[in-house]
Amino acid sequence: MTDTPAEQEVRNFTINFGPVHPAAHGVLRMVLELDGEVVERVDPHIGLLHRGTEKLLEHKTYLQGIGYFDRLDYVAPMNQEHAFCLAVERLAGIPVPKRGQYVRVLYCEIGRILNHLLNVTTQAMDVGALTPPLWGFEEREKLMIFYERASGARLHAHYFRPGGVHQDLPQTLIDDIAKWCEEFPKALDDIDALLTDNRIFKQRNADIGVVSKEDALAWGFSGVMVRGSGMAWDLRRAQPYEVYDELDFKVAIGKNGDCYDRYLVRMEEMRESCKIMQQCCEWLSKPENQGEVLPTDTKFAPPRRAEMKRSMEALIHHFKLYTEGVHVPEGHCYAAVEAPKGEFGVYLVADGSNKPYRVKIRAPGFAHLAAMDHLNKGHMLADVSAILGSLDIVFGEVDR
Amino acid sequence: MSKPDTLSELAAHLDDALNEDVREHAIAHGELTLTIHRDRVKKVLRFLRDDPACRFTTLIDICGVDWPSRSDRFDVVYHLLSMHNNTRIRVLLTVAEDANVDSVVDIYPAANWFEREAFDMYGVVFDGHPDLRRILTDYGFEGFPLRKDFPLTGFVEVRYDESQKRVVYEPVNLVQEYRDFDFLSPWEGARLVIPGDEKAQ
Repeated sequence: MTDTPAEQEVRNFTINFGPVHPAAHGVLRMVLELDGEVVERVDPHIGLLHRGTEKLLEHKTYLQGIGYFDRLDYVAPMNQEHAFCLAVERLAGIPVPKRGQYVRVLYCEIGRILNHLLNVTTQAMDVGALTPPLWGFEEREKLMIFYERASGARLHAHYFRPGGVHQDLPQTLIDDIAKWCEEFPKALDDIDALLTDNRIFKQRNADIGVVSKEDALAWGFSGVMVRGSGMAWDLRRAQPYEVYDELDFKVAIGKNGDCYDRYLVRMEEMRESCKIMQQCCEWLSKPENQGEVLPTDTKFAPPRRAEMKRSMEALIHHFKLYTEGVHVPEGHCYAAVEAPKGEFGVYLVADGSNKPYRVKIRAPGFAHLAAMDHLNKGHMLADVSAILGSLDIVFGEVDR
Repeated sequence: MSKPDTLSELAAHLDDALNEDVREHAIAHGELTLTIHRDRVKKVLRFLRDDPACRFTTLIDICGVDWPSRSDRFDVVYHLLSMHNNTRIRVLLTVAEDANVDSVVDIYPAANWFEREAFDMYGVVFDGHPDLRRILTDYGFEGFPLRKDFPLTGFVEVRYDESQKRVVYEPVNLVQEYRDFDFLSPWEGARLVIPGDEKAQ
């Protein structure tokens, strides 16, 4: 027998995670450097879904541009449109009728539930549970039908417009949404019962990927990523837009900043969103609140169809609005909304023409993913997918 | 100074404290924009983060804007947020094509990827950045796609080649010429010359 060397040379192991890994939530390639099973370094390679949205927007009129925002975070499309419309409204000084604001808030909250249902359940799938996605997707399907009934499309809605929304909601749809809001907490309780006290789910998530308050600030986190760490920061409350200051809702915050707390925050936010939707449905159903969803006295909103049948002026306006499009005055502004994933912002530079000069899209997932290396250092390989899942990454918005 | 109540108070405070670094400030659409000298960016951002009246501890975004007709071709725009005071601020600087900007990664770690993106899209070089690689574009990509002189269609396209059993890059070949519709009203200031009507000028 030859004697074995006292100390063998230990070499770090580098592996590729993705780009077609089921837990990568899309097309993420991560180069992981491992010491045994402990992660030493994470280098995410993004851009595999880069479609040049910002470049395309510079070549499209404002109206045509809205559609590109659906395709960013395709899990909650209308929340993205919202930020762009807010930016245009702010530069051009367009007022939004109250009813339009309520419809927008209603659909933004549907988007939030769509997003959180997907995130919570697929994150559970990443750590080994199979049933939650099946149950969650059933509810998502119902919500996407509400999208379809308002806009004609399940996903790429193109429903928001500078000045309001494209068309008013029929009363039957509002009633159906209100009915769904009564049933949804039951479905959420079922998912809750599967996960919240589940031993395996807790073991995989509690105390994993802890984000301290200092980290959350330094890395530019927003949304659930800061609320999970105990900071009560919600743009809907802090810098209210639309009618959020008239609505009654609570901001859920976590204590420990780990994956499990972020899961709890998301579950609680869905319950709050459901309450907001109920308030919106109630408001929209009242007879005194019927009316326009787009301003009637500006050149930014197309004339109504009935008017076009009678008025030559209206017909000309319609033609010009859908070919040349609106001109947004010169200037620059930044509009942000509390998207389900965090602060989604649009920095719009306009040069006075019918196309944006520059649109910078600030996606929350981009900042969150940038901290992957920091968050994963010292964790086990199996925790990488748990952390990635709880960051709530969708590549449509990260890569743009 | 304690928490400033309005943007104009904040602007006045910054004018006092950063007198030599700020070229001008403007308040429009409820937002404060500071235009600063290019070489002072680290000082200004560190002050904005640490000053008790500002406390802009969150870096929201860094982006570039291209103005090809200017001698200082690019704007680099920083958006900051103070969760403590619930205020936002925009810091703007201009940089020429052959000049560099100081990286602020050591002030805000979040700047890392945003600076990489600005470099990738515009070719703005950030001095002192630990890892200034391309981020969104393809491996081996050439050019800076968000510059105004970069065509929308790009220069290369990819396809899978059956004979070589790999993805190959080829120059863009459009079946139909790229159409850029000009819808601007001729009576509202569009300067267009109808083909064949050049004599009218």
